[in-house]
Amino acid sequence: MAIEKEKLLWMYEKMRTIRAFEEKVAELFAAGKIPGFVHLYIGEEAVAVGVCANLRDDDYITSTHRGHGHLIAKGGDLKLMMAELFGKKTGYCKGKGGSMHIADLDLGILGANGIVGGGLPIAAGAALAAKYQGTDRVVACFFGDGAANQGTFHEALNMASIWNLPVIFVCENNHYAISLHQHKHMHVTDIAERAKAYDIPGVVVDGNDVIAVYEAAEAAVKRARAGEGPTLIECKTYRHRGHFEGDPMVYRPKEEAEEWKKRDPIPRFEAKLLEMGILTPADIARIQEEIKAKVEEAVRFAEESPYPEPAEVLQDVYTE
Amino acid sequence: MRKLTFAQALNEALRQEMRRDPTIYVAGEDVGKYGGIFGVTAGLLEEFGEERVRDTPITESAIIGSAVGAAAAGLRPVVEIMFIDFIGVALDQLFNQAAKMKYMFGGKAKLPIVVRTTCGAGMSAAAQHSQSLEAWFMHIPGLKVVAPSTPYDAKGLLISSIRDDNPVLFIEHKMLYGIEGEVPEEPYTIPLGVADIKREGKDVTVVATMAMVHKALEAAEDLAKEGIEVEVVDPRTLSPLDRETIINSVKKTHRLVIVHEAVKQAGPGAEIAATVAEEAFEYLDAPIKRVAAPFTPVPFSPVLESAYIPSKESIISAVKEVIGK
Repeated sequence: MAIEKEKLLWMYEKMRTIRAFEEKVAELFAAGKIPGFVHLYIGEEAVAVGVCANLRDDDYITSTHRGHGHLIAKGGDLKLMMAELFGKKTGYCKGKGGSMHIADLDLGILGANGIVGGGLPIAAGAALAAKYQGTDRVVACFFGDGAANQGTFHEALNMASIWNLPVIFVCENNHYAISLHQHKHMHVTDIAERAKAYDIPGVVVDGNDVIAVYEAAEAAVKRARAGEGPTLIECKTYRHRGHFEGDPMVYRPKEEAEEWKKRDPIPRFEAKLLEMGILTPADIARIQEEIKAKVEEAVRFAEESPYPEPAEVLQDVYTE
Repeated sequence: MRKLTFAQALNEALRQEMRRDPTIYVAGEDVGKYGGIFGVTAGLLEEFGEERVRDTPITESAIIGSAVGAAAAGLRPVVEIMFIDFIGVALDQLFNQAAKMKYMFGGKAKLPIVVRTTCGAGMSAAAQHSQSLEAWFMHIPGLKVVAPSTPYDAKGLLISSIRDDNPVLFIEHKMLYGIEGEVPEEPYTIPLGVADIKREGKDVTVVATMAMVHKALEAAEDLAKEGIEVEVVDPRTLSPLDRETIINSVKKTHRLVIVHEAVKQAGPGAEIAATVAEEAFEYLDAPIKRVAAPFTPVPFSPVLESAYIPSKESIISAVKEVIGK
């Protein structure tokens, strides 16, 4: 394995941070402290982290309704994220966006998105700009198996293909489009097969193996930076929780979920790092403590922050 | 002064702006070699090359959506949707993505996008190539909606739209492309949100949009012969709407007729009428009248189509009705 130690540790920490953040959000949502809808990333951490580990600060991502993991992996600030989830003035979007619309343009995060498939053409456009401006920036475009059926999937992959745009289309196949299992919403088993229709590489990886995701993304990012065009990577994964918090999950067999939990990406990666001697049990305990403290700090920041003034409803509609 | 057609004026605006600012690119169906289905982008490919003048697949979501991404990443896209009727397939990218990003992101995003499109009946293009859907977009906060009626306005408003840092839907009525008018050669801007009084008069205010401005002016000419002085107000921008100019005109004339080619039900006239009713009710000496298309799809046969499009005669009779003649 050629991935350097620092990167492996970075990935581990990011995965752990996403898990801790999401578990805290679940708790706060249940306690009524977070309004609206939240869609948690628990179980899918290896995808965001394996991909973003290949990105630079000046690269872009487009995210989804299940976006907290992507944001954290791209460098999003936990305090600003949590404050936004609380609807506070100090949040990423001054309380105007919430979970589904967090963005940090300075970090190249072009936004979570409340519309399934909404980010795909936007990713193509950001890639067009990167190329137009003569940079070697790339765009990682996250979307789910459900979005792979939207018209925007076809339109964006086709456009990226004909214009040779530097996009890494990352399909997080968690096997459910809300309640509908993949075998009922499409007939192909591997969404990556669809890449053939655009004459671009399509790669299937175990989305619960962060190293596998990293390696696939590494090759795709390299291609994109070299001006060789887009790649479709399908990451097979599973969300541990419902589509949204509060989802009764009547559509999903318990045994299936149990089976997938055995392939939880975090313990798997942790075991590998222990085996490689990169982590010790003491390191794990320390890292967990540090992350816990950061998440607690984010919650404290969110709780202590003021709400926006009602008059702010009128601001930020147009650029003057 | 030199005269240009409406289409030539738009072409000149695009050309001059593209020369000024290398971050502007044009994309859309058949905008390159073909020069745009109505010729508005003619010659741009030859001058600016394929990087800046992009023929796209027939994928309207990707056309508008890629403009959103490109704008967020620092470019100034000017994209074309060949007919406004086609915008339905791309609506999400316009009203959920482009229009809302700035607000949803707490004010951080800046999205300088122009979506040029054509509207209007008059070519027997039937129900899916002739609509006037501007009211849909007046309903969306975060979008600006521009609707010029003359070559002079077309050039100045397009330049302003390109320089604006917000998503702008720039609607060109296809029956106006061939009309001629005086257009200065040098680039100039017309502020968005400022109406123009196309003809002054003291008896009745007629607020008309796009192609209907010309019919309203013809009606005013005829009515003048009967001693009725019509003031024709062209909003030029439908969102933001220059309510002040409309209200001030009504305060002067005390009567209002609104003319548009969009269907009457929930058309732009509903907003204008409601504004005047709210702000200047006590100045009105007669009920407000709307002259608009009937609540039907646009028909094909020339006979049916001309029955559909509001006529000069219907404007004249509405004006006479509000002055009690």
